[in-house]
Amino acid sequence: MNKSLLKIITLAIGFMFLYFPILTLIAYSFNENKRVMLWKGFSLKWYGKLFQNEQIIEAFLISIKVASLSATFATILGVMIGYSLTRISKIPARPFFIFLSSSPLVMPEIILGLSLLLFFISSNHLIGFPSSKGQLTVLISHITFSVAFVAIIIQSRLSSYDKNIEEAAQDLGTLPNKIFWKITAPVILPSIVSGWLLAFTLSLDDLVVASFTNGPGANTLPIVVFSKVRLGLSPEVNALSAIIMLIVIIAAVFYYLINRSNIKK
Amino acid sequence: MSQFIFLMNNFLRKQNFWFVFTPYFWLVLFFFIPLALIFKISISVSEWGMPPYRDFIDFSDGGIKINSTLSNYAFIFSDSFYLRSFLNSLSLAFTSTLICLFIGYPIAFYVAKSKENIRNLLLILLIIPFWTSFLLRVYAWKVILQGSGIINVILMKLGFINEPISMLYNHYTVILGVVYTYLPFMILPLYGYLVKFDLNLIDASNDLGAKPLKTFIRVILPLSLPGIIAGSMLVFIPVVGEFVIPELLGGSDKLYFGKIIWDEFFVNRDWPIASALAMSGILILVIPIIIFQLMFAKYNFKNE
Repeated sequence: MNKSLLKIITLAIGFMFLYFPILTLIAYSFNENKRVMLWKGFSLKWYGKLFQNEQIIEAFLISIKVASLSATFATILGVMIGYSLTRISKIPARPFFIFLSSSPLVMPEIILGLSLLLFFISSNHLIGFPSSKGQLTVLISHITFSVAFVAIIIQSRLSSYDKNIEEAAQDLGTLPNKIFWKITAPVILPSIVSGWLLAFTLSLDDLVVASFTNGPGANTLPIVVFSKVRLGLSPEVNALSAIIMLIVIIAAVFYYLINRSNIKK
Repeated sequence: MSQFIFLMNNFLRKQNFWFVFTPYFWLVLFFFIPLALIFKISISVSEWGMPPYRDFIDFSDGGIKINSTLSNYAFIFSDSFYLRSFLNSLSLAFTSTLICLFIGYPIAFYVAKSKENIRNLLLILLIIPFWTSFLLRVYAWKVILQGSGIINVILMKLGFINEPISMLYNHYTVILGVVYTYLPFMILPLYGYLVKFDLNLIDASNDLGAKPLKTFIRVILPLSLPGIIAGSMLVFIPVVGEFVIPELLGGSDKLYFGKIIWDEFFVNRDWPIASALAMSGILILVIPIIIFQLMFAKYNFKNE
């Protein structure tokens, strides 16, 4: 009894700490008052203001576009790395390849952002590409730091499942690319999906790298939000938080239901 | 048949070639070369102009002259301002990693020990903040701790204070913000190891007469060590370079490494110094961590 009480208290305090700030933000998004904290009555005013704010809407669309492209390319490259490291023995300078594919994980984003920006400027000087900083440079940067995360997910899945299935198919004369598409790919599909989702959130969430590499017409949502809240509070950002929370909760419920039905099977 | 095998080998080689070549090429181009470039700029001589450093190799006087210097490094290591900001970042990362571990471990432990259907629900509740925008979760604290914020209002209603106290913009708020935003990064890997953990081991240890504390130290802790290390890495490394949280919640009482690099680049426009700072960060922090991880992987491998 004592023990389960301790457990309930620990979990209650822990989850309260995790949720209290988010819930406060949502509550205040319905506040009529312009001074964010003083409660003046229920209102949907800030949601209206939010949907009329072209800057935020545009940034949101850019973010979604960059994040989905970045996640897709990062997933393709990540699958290639995961496959290479677990299934291909002859990789030139293999330790260097491992270094390249894992060290973005431990590189502080400020250093990554700085190095990419200096690279884009130099390469513009040398060969004229990229012609200017913009969505393309943000996209390239996001792909670069997301690849390592996808690769590690794919790699751990590929190294934990039985290679013999692939070898059996090979002995039966199946073509290698058919083996990949018919056996390997379906087995790692769940990892591909979680890799894509992770890369998508990483890109959607990134402020620092995008601040270094963005240019005109490439202000992503975090950049716009940051500029709004850097010096003060913004009721529109409260409304935005509430909407994002709603989307995340719906996604989480879906994930939970799918997971549960999978377990039942 | 031999032709078939030839074709098959050929195709295998081709597919394998592209599978290795594409990411290899990408990472060399967009990860390795940029890093080499900041190394190059860090040993270049600053000057006014665009780009704000002298060309590495100078042909202008008829001969070849190499413009390279270690003075940028000498400068940042001689000025205690830079060293102090780096130490501030290290101590912030260390403190908040420890706090995350102390708060996160019991949560991860009890979630992992719950019954399966409750566990899945709790896991979702852990993942929701993880998915919610990092920036918004930092901003939430700014709203809460504001002079007219909810904490001040409650404290005044309860009569503890007469007028709002200022809680924002100091290094304690930065620690709070860091712990709050990085806690899920600590809990999830810990949970991953603790959930695989066989609960019978605890019973066995108890049956053999070990006290709960001893069971924890001798049985549970060693088996969750890889999770502790993974979680600590996920918190420690990004926090050393953290820019956003000190910028939103911190004050002028302490300066941090990420902010210094940012300012050297964007405010002072001193690319060589910014690059030398970034390189020092890589040498002091990133390389030891990579070596540590390789060693730990080997140690784990041996133990298995």
